[in-house]
Amino acid sequence: MENLLEIKHLAVSYFTFGGEVQAVRDVSFSVKPGTTVALVGESGCGKSVTAKSIMGLVKKPGKIREGSEIIFEGTDVVRFSEKEWNRFRGKQCSMIFQDALVSLNPTMKIGKQIMENLDNHETGLSGREKRQMAVDVLKMTEIPDAEDCLDKYPHELSGGMRQRVMIAMALITDPKLLIADEPTTSLDVTIQNQILRLMKNLQKKLGMAILLITHDLGIVAGMADEIVVMYAGKIVEKGPCRDIFYHPRHPYTRALISSVPRLDERGGQKLRTIEGNIPDMTRPPAGCAFCDRCPHAMNICAQYMPEMKPAVNYDQGAGETDGAEGRNHRQKIGGTDGAAGTDHENKAEENRKTVHEAACWLMDERAGGNI
Amino acid sequence: MGQLDAEKKVKNPEVGKTVGPGIGKKTGPEAEREIDLEVRNLRKYYPAGRRRLLKAVDDVSFTIYRGETLGIVGESGCGKTTCGKTVIGMLPKTGGEVFFQGKDVHSMTKKERFDFTGKVQMIFQDPYASLDSHQKVYQIVAEGIRIHKLAQNREQEQKMVYELLDMVGLNAEHAGRNVHEFSGGQRQRIGIARALSVNPEFLFCDEPVSALDVSLQAQIVNLLMELQREKHLTMLFIAHDLSVVKHISDRIGVMYLGKIVEMTDCDELYDNPLHPYTEALLAAVPIADPDLAGKRKEIVLEGDVPSPVNPPAGCRFCSRCPRKMDICSVEEPVMKEVLPGHTVACHLYL
Amino acid sequence: MEREMTVVITEESFQPLERKQKELPPAVMHSVWHDIRRELLSNKVALVSLILLLIIMIGALLAPLSPYDPYALDSSQKLQGISAAHWFGTDEFGRDYFTRVLYGGRVSLTVGFLSMLVTVTLGTAIGVFSGYAGGRVDALLMRFTDIFLALPSMLLMVILNTFLQPGLFTLVAVLSLFSWASVARITRAETMSLKERDFVTATKNLGASGLLIAVKHIIPNTLGPVIVAASLSVANAILMESSLSYLGLGVQIPLASWGSMLQGAQSHILDHPLLAVFPGLMILITVLSFNLLGDVLRNALEPKIVK
Repeated sequence: MENLLEIKHLAVSYFTFGGEVQAVRDVSFSVKPGTTVALVGESGCGKSVTAKSIMGLVKKPGKIREGSEIIFEGTDVVRFSEKEWNRFRGKQCSMIFQDALVSLNPTMKIGKQIMENLDNHETGLSGREKRQMAVDVLKMTEIPDAEDCLDKYPHELSGGMRQRVMIAMALITDPKLLIADEPTTSLDVTIQNQILRLMKNLQKKLGMAILLITHDLGIVAGMADEIVVMYAGKIVEKGPCRDIFYHPRHPYTRALISSVPRLDERGGQKLRTIEGNIPDMTRPPAGCAFCDRCPHAMNICAQYMPEMKPAVNYDQGAGETDGAEGRNHRQKIGGTDGAAGTDHENKAEENRKTVHEAACWLMDERAGGNI
Repeated sequence: MGQLDAEKKVKNPEVGKTVGPGIGKKTGPEAEREIDLEVRNLRKYYPAGRRRLLKAVDDVSFTIYRGETLGIVGESGCGKTTCGKTVIGMLPKTGGEVFFQGKDVHSMTKKERFDFTGKVQMIFQDPYASLDSHQKVYQIVAEGIRIHKLAQNREQEQKMVYELLDMVGLNAEHAGRNVHEFSGGQRQRIGIARALSVNPEFLFCDEPVSALDVSLQAQIVNLLMELQREKHLTMLFIAHDLSVVKHISDRIGVMYLGKIVEMTDCDELYDNPLHPYTEALLAAVPIADPDLAGKRKEIVLEGDVPSPVNPPAGCRFCSRCPRKMDICSVEEPVMKEVLPGHTVACHLYL
Repeated sequence: MEREMTVVITEESFQPLERKQKELPPAVMHSVWHDIRRELLSNKVALVSLILLLIIMIGALLAPLSPYDPYALDSSQKLQGISAAHWFGTDEFGRDYFTRVLYGGRVSLTVGFLSMLVTVTLGTAIGVFSGYAGGRVDALLMRFTDIFLALPSMLLMVILNTFLQPGLFTLVAVLSLFSWASVARITRAETMSLKERDFVTATKNLGASGLLIAVKHIIPNTLGPVIVAASLSVANAILMESSLSYLGLGVQIPLASWGSMLQGAQSHILDHPLLAVFPGLMILITVLSFNLLGDVLRNALEPKIVK
């Protein structure tokens, strides 16, 4: 099975008064159909800019650098014209935002806003058909009294309901990829719980892929199949959810996980922290961006940027070569029209073989192995 | 800043009955704990048009002992911030009483009010809005020292400012800088230095970390905990994030629609939540652990928080409560001590 | 790993990094004035306006260096055209017109700046006080302000000037009296929003008095809109002064402003139009430049994306 979305060497810069801000620096990852990939990082790490790039929403003074590729189902979308983007957005790929109140038009009724999204992509539907579709999609998002809701204005709904409406709007065109940019950050925990559960159920039902952008590792743990950890515009580590949580290789990932205050710990204890602050992205450091804050920093970290390398997993024992072979194998089968059985096997294997990679000099054998 | 020593923990396993060792030196181990702040039946209503009232805080009572941290958690709109601001006299009350060290906060003379500002300080939620962007760090931190005339001369003032900056993890070099050069976490440190500049005894923290990134949240929470231990501060800590509150508080009150529904020791609350709302709130907090997240008991609350203008009759939680009984929508439950030091307002335990 | 080929990696590379005490990056200047300078340098029109204004101001300042006496009558030299000796020619009494224009500029600019100062001071004081006090005081002061905004100012200025002892200071007083209200409105609105901000609350919590908060926190933060209002108010005052002087209600003979020079040129408008053109041009350039500067300042200061 091919990747639904493949991002290769994405680099985005913003040209501001203060100089060029390198928001995203050479980011590559992929999303498989029907899976949830979480893009995790602190504010300013470039996760939202990455999402905007996929939707073609990087506007001046921002610019996607030459050499970046965003391949959606085999087509490179980076150089799309505005017209092509309009066709792509919504139909192939929808996005929901953090603040539903700002994202919805306050002067337009909910129903009209949902149907408008439909008009952009499906023509030749009668008014009644469209209305029915809107009601269906609202029901799908578990909004009570979906019929009534169509005739309401956004401000009449609560935060949780508005976020459901946003999801309904995003899903009415049946996209293959849903990008959720901090979908629950402005909501309370009990409402957040409802929305996350809803997203999970809808994914099961509709089979879309979700790119979840968040800073909250708690949400990630319950939602994601794969995790991409970003720091200062670069990916520092990516891999299957459990590998990242239980065998993090990059010191930043480790620190990030351990600095989350947890309910199942005793209170009154000191939290583990990451000292220092995020580097200034107008002058990105020559070496590893995390070097300044890293407790294990070596001389080389300040000088040269580490590259992404497969991490040897403790539980699997699969090495670099194994992962590469797995990939070759997969390509061969994909080329010959495999039978349904092989296809299934292939999928299972692929899920298992998602490579856990990290960019850190500590993983170099000359560093004396890992901690 | 001294490294935290596990043995020297002020937090006592039996909080609620005895004093922590840090305070014990002053009052003696057997002495009753001194009450710093007492809130009795506090009410704060806002007119909401058409003769209706928004009951932001409705009949809330609690006490905070000296050197203790009381956490108040609740969802947005539950009145926790209004409650805190009314408690320290920033907002006028509608009813009830608040006593700080024996004095009524809401009927102070000008002189008393001025002295009060030297004892009670606040940390704000938004590190950007809470610092004047036209000022330098030095001016911000020195302001309180000047107002309360704590320094005899310029040199002493400078020394105090540098000490304060050092205390919050900044240095003298930062003093001459404009605030806009600082990131959210550092700005929050400056805000803390400003609050500490008058040597307060009581600190009201209004969601001090909710605008910060995780790694910075941890830094600020640790800083506040250290400072509290060093300076024996009494704190009222308001947050919507239960995991943060848990780390810093000795006791926790859970607020729902203007009322405190449960209040007890920090660990007791997490180990043995009694009110169905507390249970649901705890279950809703995401856990950063995929295996545990999958195994955990799921309580999903249906519906939204009702409007505080028109709360449900009886128990305010009854419209969403998974364990609702007939009596709940008729009679309002009162706070009752169900276990030693564990009070809850729920008909299940009456 | 092609990169590694080109870099030197030694044993040393994998030794723990010795952290040097990190130096802070150089302080970034970021004040109101810094914003203004950046905007001015990036905007050609504004830069030209500023240079023209500076030339006019320096000219007016250096007017006594002129070899001619602006008040000495010399009928032998009257109504001469442009020449090397008389750059702008001479007027009907034989006075050097260039020198007259420079001296006229002194009067016009003095009136402009003085009335701006009074306007801004009065307006800011009333606006900040009203906004900070709130409640009934605010309501009362704002109605008072509304009345001043609703008055037909030109008409009243004419009437007032006829009754009062004419002169420079009367002019300044009358001009300021009718223009402080708009500044007061602006500062009051700013104050209303500023006093609810957390940093003001924090200062109040420190026990600061209302006066200290107003002086230290509110006024510095209203500086942006006030500077804009000030630059527009200079232009407005110069224009008003010209109008009043033209009507003969401004500065009195022998003192001359650009406006009163226009009035003097009236009788020769057909045979010697240049007498009207020069002061008119000066008014035009000065007022236009101040207005353009005002716009640029607004761009620089009002959308505060200070983060």
